[in-house]
Amino acid sequence: MLESIDMSLVDWSRGQFALTAMFHWIFVPLTLGLSFIVAFMHTIYVRTGSEEWKRITKFWMKLFGINFAIGVSTGIILEFEFGTNWSNYSWFVGDIFGAPLAIEGILAFFMESTFIAIMFFGWNKVSKRFHLTASWLTAFGASLSAVWILVANAWMQNPVGTVFNPDMARNEMTSFWDVIFSDLAVNKFLHTVTSSFLLASVFVIGVSAWFLLRNKEVLFARRSTVVAAVFGVIAAIATIATGDTSARIVAREQPMKFAAMEALYEGQTHAPLVAIGAMRTDTSKFPNPREEFIFKIEIPNALSYMVFLTPSGFIPGITDLVYGNEEQGFMPYEERIERGDVAIQTLKELKKAKDRGDEATYSALREKFSDPVWLDEYYAHFGFGYYKGRQLKELIPNVKLNFYAFHTMVILGGHFLIFTLVVLWLSVKNRWGNHKWLLWVALLTMPMPWIASQTGWVLAELGRQPWVVYELMPNLAAVTRLKPAAVQVTFWIFLATFTVLFIAEIKIMVTQIKKGPGGK
Amino acid sequence: MFGNLSLLALQQYWFIIVSLLGSILVFLFFVQGGQTFLFRIGKSEVERTIIVNTLGRKWEFTFTTLVTFGGAFFASFPLFYATSFGGAYWVWMAILFAFVIQAVSYEFRTKASNFLGQRTYEWFLFINGLLGTFLVGVAVATFFSGSQFSLNEMNSVSWATEARGLEAALSPFNLSLGLTVFFLARVLGLLYFQKTIDNDNILTRTKKALLYNAILFVVFFLTFAVWLMLREGFAVNPESGEVFMEPFKYFHNLLAMPVVLVMFLVGVLAVLGGIAAGLLREGGNGIWFAGPGTVLVVFSLFMLAGFNNTAFYPSAYDLQSSLTIQNSSSSHYTLVALSWVSLVVPFVLAYIIYAWRALNKKKIDEKEMQEEHHVY
Repeated sequence: MLESIDMSLVDWSRGQFALTAMFHWIFVPLTLGLSFIVAFMHTIYVRTGSEEWKRITKFWMKLFGINFAIGVSTGIILEFEFGTNWSNYSWFVGDIFGAPLAIEGILAFFMESTFIAIMFFGWNKVSKRFHLTASWLTAFGASLSAVWILVANAWMQNPVGTVFNPDMARNEMTSFWDVIFSDLAVNKFLHTVTSSFLLASVFVIGVSAWFLLRNKEVLFARRSTVVAAVFGVIAAIATIATGDTSARIVAREQPMKFAAMEALYEGQTHAPLVAIGAMRTDTSKFPNPREEFIFKIEIPNALSYMVFLTPSGFIPGITDLVYGNEEQGFMPYEERIERGDVAIQTLKELKKAKDRGDEATYSALREKFSDPVWLDEYYAHFGFGYYKGRQLKELIPNVKLNFYAFHTMVILGGHFLIFTLVVLWLSVKNRWGNHKWLLWVALLTMPMPWIASQTGWVLAELGRQPWVVYELMPNLAAVTRLKPAAVQVTFWIFLATFTVLFIAEIKIMVTQIKKGPGGK
Repeated sequence: MFGNLSLLALQQYWFIIVSLLGSILVFLFFVQGGQTFLFRIGKSEVERTIIVNTLGRKWEFTFTTLVTFGGAFFASFPLFYATSFGGAYWVWMAILFAFVIQAVSYEFRTKASNFLGQRTYEWFLFINGLLGTFLVGVAVATFFSGSQFSLNEMNSVSWATEARGLEAALSPFNLSLGLTVFFLARVLGLLYFQKTIDNDNILTRTKKALLYNAILFVVFFLTFAVWLMLREGFAVNPESGEVFMEPFKYFHNLLAMPVVLVMFLVGVLAVLGGIAAGLLREGGNGIWFAGPGTVLVVFSLFMLAGFNNTAFYPSAYDLQSSLTIQNSSSSHYTLVALSWVSLVVPFVLAYIIYAWRALNKKKIDEKEMQEEHHVY
């Protein structure tokens, strides 16, 4: 079933997906947030009829358009990459995963693309009210598309509402509602969009600060800042709240990711939270390699408290998960691999029996796949079966990367909350812009949400490795069997193309900003 | 409502929806076709700007339809998505690349400090128009001529050639459809210019180009259509599911499904009528015939490929790996869930038409290009 696999193919395929996804994610969060900010500004214009607000709306709308175009450009690859580079995955779970993608196209993309045309070209062509509606529908369309793609991603992290069909050798959907309303999906959506709103707010505040520093377009900059600061504070609070919930869900559904992001090797009650730390790799200890802290600052009991709301909660470490912990109910990976292998072999036998027309054997084996006890004892470990004869360390995600990604995101999140609160407070007091150093802080803060957003995704996606579908399908089983060289070629083509387009986007953006709201 | 339908009925329903999306996509390729005339018809800066802008208000529809076509195919026939995209890697990558460079070009073309220069973005649009249409045509032709893949017991795809799908572009049959789609897109683009542009120079050149491109389109289309009727096809034994070659299969399908035959003929007449209207009459209503005609013809071709016990994505390398509507679809449950979503499609179409009309009320001209706030 699983012929020998060239791991460089897996790595390059993962690299290509990461490359295209990360490029795409530079532009998407700005689209998600800026579309709403523009819609707010447009509303104020329609309500007041003030020409200044029209200028403000148009300026941000222009930046939105530039950013949107490159977001679309980088997005189309992703939609098809599931097929081109992860074709085995596409079949194995396409029955569930395809639906959100189709719905995204039908419900969201058309809404976005139809009304964006009205938004840009409608100034003198449609009524003011319809034009404003188009701005709002563009914003809703953008967030609606986020719903569906995040539902799809959440399902990969926590495959619910599904049953395995051995005849088709694939998973099939049993509950659409379980898939779209799993708490992981709901939380992922909320955390992703609110953090994107925050990103766009910080962007608007930063660009406005640039105008204030140069003492240009002061009214425009102050007004833009107020709108962004209000939006930003709400978004920052929501981002932190949903992030906190997210941590609890990860601890429950993906304990390995949770242990990795805290670099927790030995499980414990009263587990402390590492506030800040630095690591080095130790290859002499098990599991090998193992990351050791050079220094760390801990908050006692905080990790246990975060998950269980009581310090006595047990947080499993990486060794508990890999080697098992009977007392806490964690089965060793060796055992899970054996059981997964049984499930895989059973499927093989079933296929063979079917092919040779051996009805009795086929029915007996088919029976197992509808027996809840057998499914729980064996099929639940299906993905582990692929690791028979491989090394256990392949089942452990990159601890260092996950730790740093998580902590970077969290520290920056705290900074954004304080920052947006200060901006809002001073704006309300009409004192924003009086302190030059604060404007510089705003300017320097501008790129930080991108770092936080990207590290968030690094944690989400690398923390679950090697699983493409959590504990059901590892990356090495999901990948399309291509020559690694083929993937390398497309990788470099995409890297070169996206880099060039990115430079173009930045240059255009900067020029448009310099021209200001008065510029053509 | 949908829950009571049989799996086969749902599979057919979804093949029809996907086919409809594919047909609308080919119609919307007028954007791509139009892009290939950027230099040929747009002789001055202003003329090129007019062309880019009249297409620029529609390009998102084509793009979105392509993405939705992919998504809907994935959701309803995941084995096709996995097999074709994973298998014919290079063809799909080339198509995708042609669309990556399109998406930025409208917005970036005339923006200050756009790094690559206006000309480069115009070339991107040209390449998108050329490659996008031609390669999609070649890829769809493999629905009738077969591809080089096999599937193992886990339905995992192996491709028999290193060219990973590009070999399809060497087959004269596939080429005939590729070139048909390319010239059809150009014809539709020209008819769209006639409908939406108010500029004498452009319209004069458009009419001239329409004649040559229509002739080439008709030649390639006839080649493809006649060849298709005469060639053997990938038939499926409905009892055993076994795939075998049947002489004149697609001709038989056409006769076996009179509705499809009528659609096909009406579609062809409408396209030809649209072209004739574009050549003979002023007013630019040719697109209203050629557009729906295109949808009808392409739709009927999809029907020939998939219905009447035919393998719609056949393997010429390993016949029994061929994909049919029955063996490549999603489960009953998923198709039912998707079918509920399909009920919003008329609503989506309604607002698209409304928005389309709102922006196209007035023909685009030089004056508008100077006065408009948002110009590509």
